[in-house]
Order: sequence, then structure tokens, then C-alpha cells
Amino acid sequence: MLDYSQESDIGQPCNSTRGKVFSTYNPATGEKICDVQEADKADVDKAVQAARSAFSLGSVWRKMDASERGRLLFKLADLVERDSAYLATLESLDTGKPFLSSFFVDLQGTIKTFRYFAGWADKIHGSTIPTDGEYFTLTRHEPIGVCGQIIPWNFPLVMTAWKLGPALSCGNTVVLKPAEQTPLTCLYIAALIKEAGFPPGVVNILPGYGPTAGAAIASHMGIDKVAFTGSTEVGKLIQEAAGKSNLKRVTLELGGKSPNIIFADADFELAVEQAHQGVFFNSGQCCTAGSRIFVEEPIYEEFVRRSVERARRRTVGNPFDPTTEQGPQVSAEQQSRVLELIQSGITEGAKLECGGKAPPSKGFFVEPTVFSDVQDHMRIAKEEIFGPVQQIMKFKTIEEVIERANNTEYGLAAAVFTTDLNKAMTVSAALQAGTVWINCYNALSCQCPFGGFKMSGNGRELGEIGLKEYTEVKTITMKMSGKKS
Amino acid sequence: YSQYVVCCGPIKILTLTSTFSNARACQCVSFSLQIFINNEWHDAVNKKTFPTINPATGEVICHVAEGDKADVEKAVKAAKDAFKLGSPWRRMDASDRGLLLSRLADCIERDAAYLAELETLDNGKPYAVSYSVDVPMVVKCLRYYAGWADKWEGKTIPIDGDYFCYTRHEPIGVCGQIIPWNFPLLMQAWKLGPALATGNTVVMKVAEQTPLTALYVASLIKEVGFPAGVVNIVPGMGPSAGAAIASHMDVDKVAFTGSTEVGHLIMKASSTSNLKKVTLELGGKSPNIILSDADMEEAVEQSHFALFFNQGQCCCAGSRTYVQESIYDEFVERSVERAKKRIVGDPFNFNTEQGPQVDEEQFQKILGYISSGKREGAKLMCGGGPAADRGYFIQPTIFGDVKDDMTIAREEIFGPVMQILKFKSLDEVIERANDSKYGLAAAVFTKNIDKAHYISNGLRAGTVWINCYDVFGVQAPFGGYKASGIGRELGEYGLDNYTEVKTVTIKVPQKNS
Repeated sequence: MLDYSQESDIGQPCNSTRGKVFSTYNPATGEKICDVQEADKADVDKAVQAARSAFSLGSVWRKMDASERGRLLFKLADLVERDSAYLATLESLDTGKPFLSSFFVDLQGTIKTFRYFAGWADKIHGSTIPTDGEYFTLTRHEPIGVCGQIIPWNFPLVMTAWKLGPALSCGNTVVLKPAEQTPLTCLYIAALIKEAGFPPGVVNILPGYGPTAGAAIASHMGIDKVAFTGSTEVGKLIQEAAGKSNLKRVTLELGGKSPNIIFADADFELAVEQAHQGVFFNSGQCCTAGSRIFVEEPIYEEFVRRSVERARRRTVGNPFDPTTEQGPQVSAEQQSRVLELIQSGITEGAKLECGGKAPPSKGFFVEPTVFSDVQDHMRIAKEEIFGPVQQIMKFKTIEEVIERANNTEYGLAAAVFTTDLNKAMTVSAALQAGTVWINCYNALSCQCPFGGFKMSGNGRELGEIGLKEYTEVKTITMKMSGKKS
Repeated sequence: YSQYVVCCGPIKILTLTSTFSNARACQCVSFSLQIFINNEWHDAVNKKTFPTINPATGEVICHVAEGDKADVEKAVKAAKDAFKLGSPWRRMDASDRGLLLSRLADCIERDAAYLAELETLDNGKPYAVSYSVDVPMVVKCLRYYAGWADKWEGKTIPIDGDYFCYTRHEPIGVCGQIIPWNFPLLMQAWKLGPALATGNTVVMKVAEQTPLTALYVASLIKEVGFPAGVVNIVPGMGPSAGAAIASHMDVDKVAFTGSTEVGHLIMKASSTSNLKKVTLELGGKSPNIILSDADMEEAVEQSHFALFFNQGQCCCAGSRTYVQESIYDEFVERSVERAKKRIVGDPFNFNTEQGPQVDEEQFQKILGYISSGKREGAKLMCGGGPAADRGYFIQPTIFGDVKDDMTIAREEIFGPVMQILKFKSLDEVIERANDSKYGLAAAVFTKNIDKAHYISNGLRAGTVWINCYDVFGVQAPFGGYKASGIGRELGEYGLDNYTEVKTVTIKVPQKNS
């Protein structure tokens, strides 16, 4: 195994300034995998210095052809592809995701995202503008500068690609903190970044904790922009820190309580299966989880029955067993939280149809759980559970379900299942969500912008629009003699 | 001269000898001197072949299948089938189209030494240039367009009324592409890149003077996995194969790079057949304007490069060098000195700056223009005739005291013949520069910010260079005003030529913003 369990900074792995380490665990067994260097404020300072230096005018990175930045990203994608079996194994070990998922979904998503943003690097266009007066005006789309990026533990590799892709494509330099629960694959990527040939200081990776390293990034006077993916609770702290320090630009990808609306005229089999995957995928640990399933009255009973049947069939176990559909939750803390919310569901009067507890085994597993007769006021209908717990509600009319679906402070995603064109058009336009799926769920691809309405976030990632968040627009106006059209 | 041994059968061509690709002298990828249709190699239907010549020696390299109307018919059918709804190419993710283009670039990069050698053998350009300029630019072009494949987005549009409206950017369909001999590999890449990124299928006719490298690339297209029928390549003559493409009822679009004269014929053929979309990259007589405050050394060297690069065989050659009065004499003197130092010789010699012209016809044509210059009273400052006993080499030639109405100042020579003219004022030179049926490129050399912008804004040319010449980037659009062409290639703009925009408008019960 490669020895990469150190911070990666200025092209070199190095130890934390204070000599601290922390442990990362295999959630399928509860056992420790290894120790990792723990970055703190002093390490963030070092990293910012390196990133700032790599960004200075006349540096290798600033002078590099945009197409060459793209080449480096493409090279990185090729290296990830080369090592995909190893990376998928490491990802499953550290997160508990089923290996087949890591290999076919997470790795592919990572590779494709790097390739997609590699392609944008030399296609980021400014404009020449027909301004009034004897002037020639143009805009340059410049990199912002040093970007702090704080990523979560639910899709470590994919989140690394979503952050590094656009940032590097636009020419920024980066200080990235992976989640303390899952630092390993990100550190491996650091080694590949060096192998691909990125200049030292362009990407700096600091494993560590939120309240220390993460907070240091959010409030650093030398960081120009911070991008955070995680809970809404911490998102608020990040925005506050940015406001209190240097007004750094902020983008946030936060939580969700996404509504999945099933009409009576939907393709029934498709709807049941998609609703199941929509909430249970990744052990329920998706910001987009379709965790409020609104089913139109006429098909409600049958839908519940079939969903329960499907949930009972869901195989839970060792992530490295190819028949496993669902691995553990990422940590003991997450597992308790999910179990606590399940309890609240029972207490508040929802009907527990199946599951509801942790199976008697090592690791942080939770049984696939289904609640029916869920009322909108219950905690399980309002709070983000982030676990394998499906809530099924009943609705009568289209106006009613749109109102109930939108009645949340979140707004990340939503879905509607119907064969009727008008219903599809009406509902998708009405839902206050950054992504609306029609007759599918979790259909995500790097070409498509992704992000939240309301408290699910600020800004969009992916797609061409994702580049905006990593660009600073400079307008240059020059006096001309004899302007002509 | 490099020796070469050629197996002219339908199977392989090998070049041995070269001092630099010895290690890779034997190419294991087999490509054929035949017509490439549906990822297979075919003889011409009528079994005809034509010779391709090494212009450094005048000798035949080998014989290549000569495609005619019947072969174009087969190729178009293959391209049409590959474009059918439900075909592998139509069903493919856009990002995967991009990946195929990227892999093609990788293979070309892998075989760079061989391709550069083949290009130099067939075209005569110095190997040092084929290897360090042509091939890398090909690789960059394909990689650039690989990146566009999944980023060419339509829009959703706030139309009036209770409707939801969006556009799809769809491929046009079967695209005929007719490419020239001056940059065979590069012209192939400029055409394939945008066409394939956007999902079209292609029938390409390569120039009869230089078919070899394009056929090698065809074998790479098959190697990386483009579905059969997506790219079809027909070596052949303009009046037969080219004309067949331009007038074919099942070709949806034709792109042509070549002379303005033939450009007219292509447009006519489109109008008398099915009104296929037409884009053209044609000739030029590009003005290169040197102001008195220019950096003299830089201006002389760049102007020399602007005219003489690629043996003068560039559509955008700076073939009217306008020099401001006060620096005219010095400029001419320095230009002549530079031209006399230009090394003409064996393209495989690393010291060679200038190889032969591409064939006998061009050779004679250029000598004819030189005669006209002398006849019409321009002052021959150096060169003026053939540079060797065999092959199509011409001496670097400079005419001074050129007047705007001379043939050498109005017509595209496409050879190593430089015209230097004198001017007084900015408005005068802008007017004289624009007084041409062409409008491909132009340049201005000056240190003054106002003059630079004043002149560049006033020139009717598709590309204007300031204090440089022949700077190309695949990211930047290129094309002509007036008779220099229609449409732009390269950059994001280049995708427009290969796109049909479909507007879809859906009735909705109630529109909300």
C-alpha cells in the first residue's frame, strides 16, 4: 500500500505542525484502518502560503496555457482510471459503500468529472462588448485565487472531483480539507496530482477536523473563496465565518429533504423501484435522498405494500460481498442519529412497516426501514435523517402535493413520477428544488448543474455554470479613437 | 534524400531509412492505399489508381485507389446508415464521442514521428516543421474538440404564452469534407474535430497531391473504436470525387478548403442539388502593414515568416507587405538579406527552412507569376527562379516597388514570392489593404496602442494579428470576409457549422417564470 497517510503540501507529503494524528475506521467492522496526520490552523497557514505563492503573477501555474491545465486534469483522470480497482477498494474500506458501487458509480463519476472539466479549461470565454462611447471594452474571466474546499464523507472521491475539477480548470489554487471520517482516497488523489505533473502548491490537501482545520479555512484572510459541502448547520457557520473575516466568496451544497411525488398514472413498477433506490442508495447518505415520498391516494396502499416487500429484500452486509446492496452507516455517531430519528417516528405515531433497528453484528449497520402513514409535522418528515429510512405519505390533489412538497426550508432535489405530460410540466416547474427528476431519481451527470434552492445551498456545481463560481470577471475598458461597429 | 522502400500492395506502406524514426521505422498499424468506408478498405469501383509524388524529387511514392462517383455513393450510404436514429453513433453519450476523439489524438501523438515523416514525403514541408508544428497542432485540435462534445448546449427560452420552449443542438447529418494539400493532417483535424464532436458522420475527400497521412489516420480512427461508417475517406480528384460530394442529394452539408475558384463551383453544386449547407475556406491576399514605429527587427522577421512559411503555401500568407514610407528602404534591404539567408533543400535535413512546392502545376504557376512581376515593372530584389535541378524548388523571391494594380499584388501566388509596397498614411493603407476581393487575414506592426486598434478595427479580414503573424490557436475562430470564405472554423464558433438547431415548444397548462 502506498504510504500517503500524511498531508500533502507544496508537492510533498508532510507531517502536521503540531504532530497530531487521528484515526480512520472501517465502518463495516468498527476497527481502525490507520492513523492520519491531523491538520490544524498552523497547517492551514502553511498551505495557504503555498497556494498563494503558486498563484502569484508569473508563476508556472499562472503562465500555463489554459489547454495545458486541461491536459493535466485529463492526465489525472487517466491515472484515476488506471488505479480504479485500488481506489474503489480504499473507498469501500473507509466509507462502507458496497465495492461494486464504488467501482461502477463513484469511480466512473470521478473520472468523468475530471475529464469534463479538463475539456472546459481553454473554452472559458470572456466577451468583447459594444459599450457606449469611444471605448473598447472586454472582459477577462480570471481565476479567483486561493480556494478553500471542504468536502464531506458520503462520496469522498466524487466530491474531490466536483471541487478540484472546476477550480483547477479555471486556474485557481486550492486548499482542500477532506472529511475526518474518510480521508484516505483524497490523499491517494494527492499522490496522483503530483504524478500528473501539477506544479507544487496548486493543490494542497489537509486532513483534519471541521472545528479546527475547517474553521481555519473558512475564516482565513488569505483565502479568496470557500466551497463547502455538508450539513446545513455547518453551512451557516461557514457563511458567518466568511462574513466576519474577508468576505470571501461562498458556495454551499447542504442538506435536503427531497420530495418524490408518485401519481396514480405513473409506471408503477418503475416508481416503486426508483423510490426505493432514491432513498436507500448509499445507505441513505445522499443529500438528494428522496426521503418524503408522496403517493397519490388511489395507489397508496399497494405502493406501501410493494415498497415494504422491496425493502425487506434489500441485502445488507459486507461491502466486499458482490451481492450486498447496502453497507453500514459511516460512523457510530451517524448510526445513533439514524436510530434516534427512527425512534421519534415510532413515538410520534408513524407506522413502522419493517426494519427499525441495528442488526446484531459488528459495524454501524441499520436495517432498511419503512414508515407509512407519515404526517408532515413528524420529525422524520421534516429533518434530514441521512439513513436507510423511507417515509411514505398520502396525497389527494396536485395543488396540495406541490404545496406540501415545497413546505420545507430545504430545496435540493425532487422527483415526479407520471405518464401525463401536463402533470410533468406543471409539477417540475412548480417545485422549489435545484434538480427535478421526471420518471427517474438520482440521475446525475457532470454536464448538469446541481445545487439547492433555499437552505439547501448557494450556487451551482457542475455544468458550464459551475465554472462561474471559480471565476472573477474583470472588465477592461480602453479609450479608442474612431470607434466603429 | 531519404531512401524509402514501399510495398504498394493493398496492405502496407513502410518507410525505412529515416534518420529519426529508425526506432519506429516499421509501422505495425496497417493502413491501405485504398478507399476507407465502414472501417474497411476498398479498391475503387472502377479499379483505377493514381500516383502520389514526392515533390523533393519528382518521383512517384506509390499509387493510391482513385475514388470516383460510385465510390462516393458507397461512402455516402455508409455515412447515412451510421447516422440513422438508433445507430450506435446516435445513441452514444456525447462525452463518449469526446473520449473517442481524445483517444484518436493520443494515437496520433504516439505515431507522431511516422506521421511527420509521411507528411514531409508527400507534401515536401521540412520534417522539423511537420514534427514540431503540424502534428502537435493536430493533436491539440482533436483534444480541444474532444472537450466540446458534451458541452455544446441548447437553451430553454422564456417564450410568450403558456408554452415551454427549448432548443436542441443536433448534428446536421452526413457532412462532405474536401480538404487541401498544404496542411494535409492539420486540415483533416480541423474538419473532423468539430464534425465528430457534434455527432455528424463524414465523407472526406483528401487532396490528390497528398492522400497518405489522411489514410493513415483512417486506420487510427478504426483502432480507437469509432463505429463503422462514421468516418469515410475517399482519395480522388476534385472534378470527379469532389464534385460528386458537392452535388450529392444525401450529403447534408459540405465544407471545402481550397481555391476561391473551386469554392464557386462548390456553392453552385449545392444550389443545383439539395441546397446543402456550405462553408468555405478559400484564398487570400493578406495585407501585412508595417508602421514606422514598429520594432524593425521583429517586423522584418515576422514578415519574412508571414510570407515564406510552408513554402508560401498558406491561404493567409502575408503577401502584400505595406511598409510606411520613412522606413521602406531599410525594411526592403533587411528583408532581402533575410530572404537570401533562407535555406532551401532536402526537407529531411534539419537545417532546411524551405522545401519544394507541392507539385509541377504549382511550380509552373508560381514561375508564371514571377514573370508577370518582372513584365509589369516590379523590381526583382532577389531570387526569381528555380532553386534546384530536380524537385519543385523555387528560390525565395522578393519584389520591391510593387503597385496595387500589378498581378502579383492582386492575385494569390501561393509560393515563396514576397511583394513589398510603400504607403504614407493610416487611412490610405487601410483603404488599399481592403481593396481586394479577399479578406482572410491581415496584420499590423506598431508600438502605438491607438494605431493598433484603429487599424485592426478598420481591416475587413477574418483574423488580424498585431505585432505577430500566423499565430493560430484551435481556441480562436478562423475564416474569411468576402471571397475568402463563408463561416468560421475553430473555437466554439466552429461548432455552429456542424449543428442544426431544433426548437421544441410544448403547450403547458399554466406557465410560471
